[in-house]
Order: sequence, then structure tokens, then C-alpha cells
Amino acid sequence: MNLFSDPRWAEALSHLPDYLGNHVRVSVTALGLGLAVSLPLALLARNRPLLRGALLGLASVVQTVPGLALLALFYPLLLALAELSLSWFGFDFSAFGFLPAVLALALYSMLPVLRNTITGLRGVDPAILEAAQGVGMTPWQSLFSVELPLALPVMMAGIRTAAVWVIGTATLSTPIGQTSLGNYIFAGLQTQNWVSVLFGCAAAAILALAVDQLLALIESGLRIRSRLRAALGALGIAALIAATLVPTMARPRSSYVVGAKTFAEQYVLAALIAQRLQAAGLSATSREGLGSNVIYDALVSGDIDVYVDYSGTLWANQFHHSDILPRETLLAELKTILAQKKITLLGSLGFENAYALVMPRKRAEQLGIHSISDLAAQSGSMSMAADYEFFSRPEWAGIQKTYGLKFRSQRQMQPDFMYAAAASGEVDVIAGYTSDGLIAKYDLVTLDDDRHAIPPYDAIVLLAPKRADDGALRAALQPLLGRIDIATMRAANLRAAGGNAESSPSEVARWLWGRISKRN
Amino acid sequence: MNAAPPLIAYAHVGKSFNGGRLKAVDDVSLDVAEGEFLAIVGGSGSGKTTLLRLANRLIDADEGQITVEGEDVRAVDPVRLRRRIGYVFQSGGLFPHMTVADNVGITPKLLGTPAAEISTRVDELLDLVRLNDGEHRDRLPHELSGGQRQRVGVARALAARPRIVLMDEPFGALDPLTRSGLGEDYRALHDKLGLTTVMITHDMAEAILLADRVAVMRSGKLLALGTPAELADNHDAYVGELLDTPRRQAERLKERLPPDDAA
Repeated sequence: MNLFSDPRWAEALSHLPDYLGNHVRVSVTALGLGLAVSLPLALLARNRPLLRGALLGLASVVQTVPGLALLALFYPLLLALAELSLSWFGFDFSAFGFLPAVLALALYSMLPVLRNTITGLRGVDPAILEAAQGVGMTPWQSLFSVELPLALPVMMAGIRTAAVWVIGTATLSTPIGQTSLGNYIFAGLQTQNWVSVLFGCAAAAILALAVDQLLALIESGLRIRSRLRAALGALGIAALIAATLVPTMARPRSSYVVGAKTFAEQYVLAALIAQRLQAAGLSATSREGLGSNVIYDALVSGDIDVYVDYSGTLWANQFHHSDILPRETLLAELKTILAQKKITLLGSLGFENAYALVMPRKRAEQLGIHSISDLAAQSGSMSMAADYEFFSRPEWAGIQKTYGLKFRSQRQMQPDFMYAAAASGEVDVIAGYTSDGLIAKYDLVTLDDDRHAIPPYDAIVLLAPKRADDGALRAALQPLLGRIDIATMRAANLRAAGGNAESSPSEVARWLWGRISKRN
Repeated sequence: MNAAPPLIAYAHVGKSFNGGRLKAVDDVSLDVAEGEFLAIVGGSGSGKTTLLRLANRLIDADEGQITVEGEDVRAVDPVRLRRRIGYVFQSGGLFPHMTVADNVGITPKLLGTPAAEISTRVDELLDLVRLNDGEHRDRLPHELSGGQRQRVGVARALAARPRIVLMDEPFGALDPLTRSGLGEDYRALHDKLGLTTVMITHDMAEAILLADRVAVMRSGKLLALGTPAELADNHDAYVGELLDTPRRQAERLKERLPPDDAA
């Protein structure tokens, strides 16, 4: 089979103008800002040992912060700043997407530029500096016609390193709401679409190499004083920026933005909502791969218009409640709390994506286990596995306390492998997710939470404050409410994890809509 | 000669480094007359380079007064002062990223001279320092020999038509043949253009051969000053030691090299 006949390549290619354009814009802006700050700082610090040490130390510390964490930290920081600015100056700005990404990436670009500029300038032979003074140059003339030209190769090496770093790290700006080539990678990882991951990596690498080579051309042009080379390099960079700006400019600004968190089910649901909006004649795009805390704030500030969250997640993580309420009561409570924040809880989709204790169906039947209470009686001789965070979550403490569970052994596992481990009998019980398609695939069964120790996690549709009275939006989404049962969602999730041409979120969403609408 | 006012005058000049711990120049008084070629001789650390740099304010003095063309250097903007004094650096000090022509034309350019005029002047100067075959103009310094680089250095120092040229061991790094040729060529330029030159050297023979007067420095102090003949009468042991080497060399040369016409 021809590798490139896979329709997922075409699908990936269709996103390229959008993703690449955003990627280039955020990288170039960040690099420009980084240079605008670093170059003067380097000039200032080059002959001041204390400042120099402090600056380089600070830049090195920034460099040790993982890129993802640095980007994530800028989001709450800017959110707080936006609030301050609103209360002090009467205006706020979006702390979502472009701005935090640019600031974090600019910070990230500073170390190589600072270090190489300082090293380059300090590497100029003192005898040459004295000659510059001796022939009657002012300090500025010496800087611009002698020191900088001589330091240029080292400086440019730093700038090129910074450019490559920024372009690479910009793929991590997807979770804070900045569309980038990282969208391919994040979506691909979650939906096991390796074509998408590969496409994203290759696109980012090619972009980085292209920019690096254009900068090298400018550098050699400046060094050998060839106006042609420098102009060609600059022209290349300008053309790259223009080429990525044009298609985005030409595209109509979409009126609705659908948010999605970082896992496959969310990609499918976001695609489903976008398709429903488009079917109703509304234009819609999606911002995918948003972090759990980012996505809620983005809705509050109106950066996205609609997304699907889970009742228990909002209840515990966003509003910090620890009591466990029945499904309907929790939904009602949540609706009231959200209404105070001017967010509309439009309704639930019909399924839950909760934690559940899961066993192979046959084994459970043999042992006569239907509920967690049944399990508790026999847990002493059994082993259990869960994802990396489950055993430290309040839900687990609640379950253990309520049922008096005590397993022979507990271990942590990558979620993807957990289900297979249960199916093969390597572990007896796992903490799975109720809507996961692998439960059906491996013929597993979720145990009944008969004493209600696990909070409900209804999938609910939330609307941004500015969309509260949007009749067209409500009407377009109405057919989804209460229509997706757990079996259907599991089947959809299983398709999304298929790793083949039919497993792209939009394909799965179309299939899902087909299933829902048939029942109308 | 004594009647004309000196072009450069040092009066009780002192300069220390490292917070006063190192006295590089200690109470030196010295006049350089217009048209004079003065050589300053001394070992390393004698303060001769410091003394030279005080004249164009590459270094500022702690004590005493220095006047150049009748003006106290402290009252003059140092950048303007340097633009009107030619300076030849040890091993050239050429800007490695600039062509020979750009190096030579730098000071006129800083002074705002029109490009066409600079270009003419560069040709004139390259002619003057005998780099006139046209192929050197657009070369970079690393493409030149040591002697050629130093000729460019001299041309650069002369570009803005200074009355004064300061030279910091200009021929020190060259092979003996190039060195003596360049020294004689420069002396001819000095006479032709009516320059006033102060040259630092650690080589007494070079000083005696080129200079009108020789100043001997040791440990920051001016030990002796005079024409070569006057120095020969000096009874200071160090001065005698300095003169001893060229004397012995001259005698040995006379012994070992038969005169030209005998061949």
C-alpha cells in the first residue's frame, strides 16, 4: 500500500494554511520581541559584570523551565494582569492564545541571543577597540561600525539558535489556545493518528530549517557585504510571513469558536458541534488541545464560545467542592453556580465520562461480582491498576472509605495499556473511564457504584456569557442534548482510537451524527 | 628651534593605575617642537606607551598638564582631538572587516568628508606609502603582509592631514629588512609633509637612526633626553647600557662586512 495514499495526509494538508500561518505569526512575533529586548540588554550588560551575570543566570533559569510549563504559567499570570488592568485602567485583554504564547516564547529566545551577543562583543580584540578610539570614533560609532560587525557571526549563530528553539517550542502553545503546528501533534497523539503527528513534526522541522537557512543567508550577506544575499534572505523571510498571512486573511472570520480539551472524545465532540453549527448555516472553527483549566477561563472571557465539560470535573476542580451529590442535584447546583458567572449550562449530552472500576466480563460473572460492594468482599486477593493520578485523587479516597476496599497490590499504568492488562488478566481490576471505547473492545464490564461514592461526570454543553441569548446557537445544538448514550459514545471513542483513515475526529463526528439522527 | 612654541608639551605629568599602586608615568616634563621627530625608548613597563596615549587622551592624566597645539587637552573633546592626531598602532590595528581603502579613509569619513574626496585622498595616500599598484585598495587586512599592513596603518594615520603623528612601536613586529625600509620611508614622509612625530620603540638603534631627539624612560621617569650625540655624553648607567648594544653591533658590522667598494 502506498504510504501517501492514506486520506489522512490530505486531511492534515487541508489544515496546513491555518496551522502554519498561526505558527509563523506567533514564532516571528516572539522572536522579534525577544531580539528587541535581548539585544539592548546585551549591549548594556556587556561591560557590567554584575548585570551580565544576573541576566545570563536569569535567562539560563528560564531555559531550564520546561517549555510547556513556561507557556502554561503565562496564562494565569496574564489573566491576573488583565483583571488588574480592567479594574485600574478600564480595559482588559485576552490572556488566551497569542499573547501568552508570544511572551513565553520571547522569554525562551533570550538566552542564546544574550549569551552570543555578549560573547561576540567581548571577543573583539582590545587592540581593535583601541584603534577605533584612536582613529576618532565615538563609543557609538565604535559599536556600530566595528564591534557589532565583528561580533556579527557569533551573534547570528545565537539568533539562529533562538529561531530554531522558538519554532520548535511554539508547537507547545496549542494547550494555551494558540493554534500552531502543535495542533497536529496534540490531536494526533490523543487520537493515535500517527500521520498527523508525523505531519506536524515534519512541518515544524522544515519551517525551522527554512528560517535557519534564510538567516544564514542574511548573515553571510552582511559578512561579505553582499547586498544581494542579505536582500534575498530578508525577502525570503518576508515572503514566508506574507505567504502564511494571506490565506488566513482571505478566510472569513468565523463567528463561533468551539473548544476541545486534550483527549480524543473532546476532539470528536468539538467536531460534532462545529458540524452542527455549519449545518445550521453558522460558521465555526475549533480550538483544540486546550488544557482543562485554560478551557474554562477561555469560555468565561469569551475566547471560545462553546465546549463540552464534565459535571464532576467542574464541581471538584473548578469550584473546589468535595461532597458527592446525586447526578440531578449536582447538575442543578452547577447550573446555578455557572449562571452566577453568566455561563449557560445548555444541557447534558446523555452520557457520563466517569472513573469506574472495570473488570473482564467473564471473570466478573464467574465470581458473581456486579457492584463495587461485591468486589469489596473479594478485593483482598486481587490486584488493581489505575492511571498516574487516580490513587491520589479524592475520588479514590472516597471509594476506599465507602466500600472498605483493600487490594493485594496497586500499580500505576499508562491508560492505553490498562485495558489490555485487565483483559489479559495481568491485573484483576482497573480504574477506567466509563466512556472509553476499549471497555467494549476488550469485553470488560464497569462495576455498579451501588453506594454512590463516585461523583457523576455528565458531559454538559457550556456556552460563553456573550452567547447566552443566542437563539441560533441554542437551536443548532438542541438536537445533541440527551441523545448520546454511553454505548454510542464508547463506540465513537473506539473508532477515534482506530488509527486508520476513518478515525479522524471529523469522520467519527459524522458517524456519530448519523447514529444520533437516525433515532430521531 | 627653542623660540617656536612646542607642539606637544608635557608639564609634570603623572599617571597611576590600579588605584595608585602602579605609577606608570611619574612627573614627566617634555616638549616636542614643531617638525621634530622624537623617539621614546625604554623597556617594557617603563611607561613609554602610557606617555604617548596621554597626548591624544586614550588615557587621561592624574597630575600635571598636557598641551597639544597650544591647547590644554582636558579642554578639548577627546574624539575631536584624536581625529586631528594621526596614530599608528603596534601591528597595524587595522579593522579586519574593512578593506584597505575603508581603513585608510576612516577618519575623513568620521569627519564627514564627501565620498569622492575620500576616494581621491585614499589613492594619494596609498601612493605616498608606496602601495600604489592598485591591487591593494579593495583587499582585506588579512590578505596583506605584515609590512603592507603597517604601510596601510601609516596611510590611515595621515588621512585627515594631521600635523602630529603618534606611533606605538610601529615597526616592532616586522622582519629587520622590512623594518628598516619602512622606517626610512616614514622618516622621508615626516620631512616631506612637515610632520611632528613621536615614536615609541624599544630598539635604541632604530631610535638613533630615525629620530632627531631620543627620550629614555625607566620606571615611569624621564631618564634622559637629547640628540643621539648628547645621549652619548650622558653618564647614566642605564642610558649607557642602552647605547652599548648598537655601538657594539656597529663595530662588529664594520669588522665583518667589508666596505662595498672593496668588492
